[in-house]
Amino acid sequence: MAVRVQREDFDVGAETAKLIAGHPDIGAIVTFTGRVRGKDDGRQIAALTLEHYPDMTEAEMARIEAEATARWPLQASLVIHRVGELKAGDNIVLVIAASEHRQAAFEAAGFLMDYLKTRAPFWKKETTASGDSDWVEARDEDESAAKRWR
Amino acid sequence: MGENAAHRVRIRYFAWVREKVGCESEDVELPGNIETVADLVGWLKQRGPQYDEAFARPQVVRAALDKVHVKPTTALGATREIAFFPPVTGG
Repeated sequence: MAVRVQREDFDVGAETAKLIAGHPDIGAIVTFTGRVRGKDDGRQIAALTLEHYPDMTEAEMARIEAEATARWPLQASLVIHRVGELKAGDNIVLVIAASEHRQAAFEAAGFLMDYLKTRAPFWKKETTASGDSDWVEARDEDESAAKRWR
Repeated sequence: MGENAAHRVRIRYFAWVREKVGCESEDVELPGNIETVADLVGWLKQRGPQYDEAFARPQVVRAALDKVHVKPTTALGATREIAFFPPVTGG
């Protein structure tokens, strides 16, 4: 069980291998990778700047992970979120949930992402191909997606 | 240490709240009559046009006390750090 906030990219394969090493009891692994979309609402996105609230980010991510662990029988989990300057196509977030059977891993990964999006203190600023930049607005769909777990 | 003693806190601002207020963080002495997060927002709004602008839609601005999400009605208590920020957009 671990959470990490970092500027560097991550390697999904390497992170997965490290997480499950020494766990022959893990029968199911679900990984989710979120990337910077090159297009958002029809606009060409050149870059994203991710700001966060140091310490609260890690604390909130750990609370979310602890809740997932309390709700599903997970053998291992990992959440990595990047901050700083990112370009279209770059990785932003990685969630891995590993369990004995697939159902827990699928559900926990969905829960972790939905809660991360609505509770972890990260903010995105978009820069379009034409050079305009603005803060990304929170989406109601993300809030309703998180509500389905209550 | 009475209930109404002045209370020194650090206030931090993030994303567009930070840009509108014009600083990342400040240490302030809160008057004793400020009890809740909403009271603090009302007090900040009177400190200058940049605060008034940042909190123009106070229901949109979120708050955290000592790095835990709270509601406007939450009492500040012995909080040392208060943060204000827009709805989060990570993931």
